[in-house]
Parts: sequence; structure tokens; C-alpha cells
Amino acid sequence: MSQVLHTPPPTPAPAPADDDLAALAARHGLSVSGARPTLGEYIGQLWARRHFITAFATAKLTAQYSQAKLGQVWQVMTPLLNAAVYYFIFGVLLGTKQHVPDYIPFLVTGVFIWTFTQSSIMAGTRAISGNLGLVRALHFPRAALPISFAIQQLQQLLFSMAALVVILLCFGVPLAPSWLLAIPVLVLQFTFNAGVSMVMARLGAKTPDIAQLMPFVLRTWMYVSGVMWSIDKLTKKDHLPHLVTIALETNPAAVYIDLMRYALIDSFHASQLPPHVWAAAAGWALITGVGGFIYFWKAEETYGRG
Amino acid sequence: MAENLNDKSPAGIPTVIADSVDIVYRVNGTGAGRGTATAALNRMLRGKKVEKAAGVRKVHAVKKVSFVAYKGEAIGLIGTNGSGKSTLLKAVAGLLPVENGHIYTDGQPSLLGVNAALMGDLTGERNVYLGGLAMGMSREEIKERYEDIVDFSGINEKGDFITLPMRTYSSGMGARLRFSIAAAKDHDVLLIDEALATGDRSFQRRSEERIRELRKHAGTVFLVSHNNKSIRDTCDRVLWLERGELRMDGPTEDVLKEYEAFTGDKKPKPAAKPPAPARTAEQPKAAVSS
Repeated sequence: MSQVLHTPPPTPAPAPADDDLAALAARHGLSVSGARPTLGEYIGQLWARRHFITAFATAKLTAQYSQAKLGQVWQVMTPLLNAAVYYFIFGVLLGTKQHVPDYIPFLVTGVFIWTFTQSSIMAGTRAISGNLGLVRALHFPRAALPISFAIQQLQQLLFSMAALVVILLCFGVPLAPSWLLAIPVLVLQFTFNAGVSMVMARLGAKTPDIAQLMPFVLRTWMYVSGVMWSIDKLTKKDHLPHLVTIALETNPAAVYIDLMRYALIDSFHASQLPPHVWAAAAGWALITGVGGFIYFWKAEETYGRG
Repeated sequence: MAENLNDKSPAGIPTVIADSVDIVYRVNGTGAGRGTATAALNRMLRGKKVEKAAGVRKVHAVKKVSFVAYKGEAIGLIGTNGSGKSTLLKAVAGLLPVENGHIYTDGQPSLLGVNAALMGDLTGERNVYLGGLAMGMSREEIKERYEDIVDFSGINEKGDFITLPMRTYSSGMGARLRFSIAAAKDHDVLLIDEALATGDRSFQRRSEERIRELRKHAGTVFLVSHNNKSIRDTCDRVLWLERGELRMDGPTEDVLKEYEAFTGDKKPKPAAKPPAPARTAEQPKAAVSS
């Protein structure tokens, strides 16, 4: 650094007065760089990038297992192994299966549907903070990232659903027209997941520590969502305070899980569903989907800072 | 009146205006507390007012920089390491928020670089598509230019490498493909950060040619480089940043002459190396105020 001593005195460039520059910019119709677009423009930009969003999701999904010897087989193996572990603990060791008919289809549906929500939220939390390189290098509406991760999880779930169909048929659950209900359930659940992901992405971008906390929150949420036990068995016993019953029944994860079981498993009857279940499913999707998107957009220009 | 602030006034149409821009980075967990649990707790409990005490350091990377760039200009950004060149470029691209002042731009300036969007586990072919989409090209546009991109990168000169995962490429091959993808799009305002340093000599020549071509299509090109030769070859105006301040702004030759005297590249001054007093030698490059 010795050369610092021998430099000629700094010759600052003639800096024009501030208002001149602002006026010059205004006269030639220049816009402020990096300003947040209006909500309408933002949706337009997002739509223009739809191919990037899906391509990024597919690329992430394919890259996930590309180093493994079995490759894409893990897409199906991972959820199946998960279900096997829960079956061993809750079905065999704790004996929940005596209370629930078709316990394996019941459990596996629960695990797969829950995993969809869980991993979308986890991926959403890291969507911005884990991709700062991308955010700092390229210009695109940032909501593309959490949405793309939610789509990746949806693709992952479709693999799991293929495995689920095989399991259901193996355990003698008949193919029925009600299986078509799985489609609206998945659409609503996806909207809900994407909404929560966007909220978590904004929180995680500001405070990366949240990613450390989320596994605990999510595990608690899983245990109260009736993934391995039937919520209606508990709520119909009448010994719970009313508020707890309502909370258990309107819990979005439980709503989507029970709806999917209702759609796929013939021994899971409508009477086991919480009241107003479709309204709850649609309401959660609408509120979190729209709310999450607006909440995320409000901080659009701050992502990638510091 | 504002037009004749710059001798490029015949060109007339400004594309980028920086109006006394300040850029400040905040870094957690440094300084006195140095990331201990108590410092973090302190920071959370007492909020922003104790940023200093709790070990949040502010790095003032760019200070009061003003300039006007016009259509058809190629502007070089020079300065020693850590002088704020890349930071300024990112702010022009709208990727870093400014602390004070404004940056006005015509259209959306783009940074030449797609590295972050590419995935090593995917084949080169899929990365061409992914990178193109990430830059905002349509699938049709990419399909149209796919052959050009691959040919330009020269990846397939030594066999069919484009269908192998990118992680299997040598670092030179990877850099060439990345540059080829990034350079495939035409931009209004193009920002280039040290891109010319990649690949072997023949690829560098092709890159320089491509940059000149891009400049013809682009309104304005900014180039950050430590290679004074590539600045001379491509730029007609140079901004010299030192410690975040704009030290000089003028025609390439004038500024580079001063800069070379400053860094001691050519014509070292007679008394070039007396022992520097400790105080000056220890001065940090980026102004840091904690």
C-alpha cells in the first residue's frame, strides 16, 4: 500500500448538482433501478418467467439424486422408507392399527401428504437465504424461487402418489370415482403450501436462524395433524375442551390429509371428516395463497441485501 | 444545461444516471462481540441502536458516486481490489439497494453472468436451457441459438461433452460454457464483471469479439476489469473508483495513465519505495466504520 503516499491529489469528477441529475433522468424517462414493481406488473413478470420456474423446479428435482447409484428410484424409495418407519413404530410397536381399518393405506397417505407440506415449507424457508448467489446475480421476480420450490415438491409428491396407488391396490382398496377428488385436494394443498413458503421465504431472508427452528415447529405440527392416528377418534371422545377440538379440526394439514384419505380409501367415511371440511380447505388455500404472495411482494426490493 | 456536463453530449441520450450513490453493507457477528452468543442476544434485545456495541459492522463500499452514461458508450470501471467496482455494478443492475441517492436506468441493465443459475449435476445441454430461461429468454429463442451457444463455447470440439453433467467439465470448459450462455442474449445496458479473463487464449479472443458485438446491440456497456489492455481495447471512457470514491472520470487514456502511475505499473516514480509509515500502511482499503 506504499503507493498511497505518492498519488497525485485526488481529482474528483465534477459532480453535477443533485436536482440536475434527477431532472435529467425524468426528462429522458429513466426509471429508478431496483424499485419494487406494482402488484400487477409483478404478476406479469412472474407469468413471463413461468418456463424458468418450472424448468428450475424440474432441474432441482433431477439434480437431487443424480449422484446416487439408484438415481431417480430414490424419488419413490424415500417416501416408502419413511412410511415403513412410521408403520413399525405406530402400527406395530404402539398398536394404533387395531383402532383404524386399512391402517397401512391410512398411514402412508398421511405420511405422503404431510411430507408435501413439510418439505415445501422447509424449502421455502431457504428459498431466498439459500440462493443468494442467484438472487444477487440475476434479475427476476423473487417469488419465482419459493413457487419453484413448491412445484418441485409437487413433482416429488406425484412420484409418491404413483407408489401410493400401488400400495392401495395391493391392500385391496378398490379403485373408485372418488379418487378424482384427489385432484382438487392437491390443487388446494399446493396453493396453501406455496403461500406458506412465500411467508417463510421472506422471514428466512431476514432472519436465516428460522431455518434452524423450523424442524421443531414442523415436527410438533406433524404430531397434532393426525398423520399416524385418526383425529376423529380423539375429537369424538368429548373430553377435550371445545377450543382444542376446533383447532385440531381446522388445522390445514389435518384438513388436507383427511380429505385425501376420504378421496382414496373406501373405509374412510365422510363421517370421519371434520365439519365444513371443503370450506376450510378452500379458505386456507385462498388466505395463505393470496396473503403470502402479497406479503412476499411487499419486501421484493430488499431480498439479497447484506 | 445538464447535457453539456459531459463532453459526450452529441450522443445525447442518457441510459444510466447515478446521483450521489452511497452503498453500505451490514455484516453481523464481527467487531468487538465477534459473534458470541451474548453479543447476538444483546443485538436481538436492544435492536438497531446498539448495532455498534453488538458487533454489527457497516462497510461503506461506495461513497457519493455520481455519473451519467450515454447511449453507445463503453465504460470501464477500474480500481484496486476492494474499491467498490463490483458493488457499484450490482447496484446499477438493481441487485443491491442503495443507502442514499438514486440510480436511474433506461430499461433493465443486465449483469453478464449466469453461474448461479447453473447446476453441476445437470448436463451442459440442460444448463444451456436453464441459464437462458433464468436470463429471461423464451424456449424458442434458446432453441434458435442453441447451436451457436454450443459452437461458441467450443465444448464439443473434443468430443460430445455437452451431454455430460457440468461437474465433469474442467474449470476452463465450465467457464467457457458459462460465458457462452451469458453472452447469448442482447441487452440494453450490459454490465460485465471480469468476464474476459476466462478460458484459453483463443477463447479470450473470441470473447472480446463477442463483447464488441454485444456493444453494437447494447445501448451501453460497463466493464469491470483489472486487465488494462482489455479496458483499452473495449472502452472509450473510464471511471476510476478508489475506496468507494469516484476518483476520476474521463477518456480511457487520461484515466489509465493516472491509474498506472498510482498502481506503479509503468514509469515508477523515482522515490517509489520508501518505508511507509505504519499508520498509512495499516489503513484498510474499504472504509470501515464500526
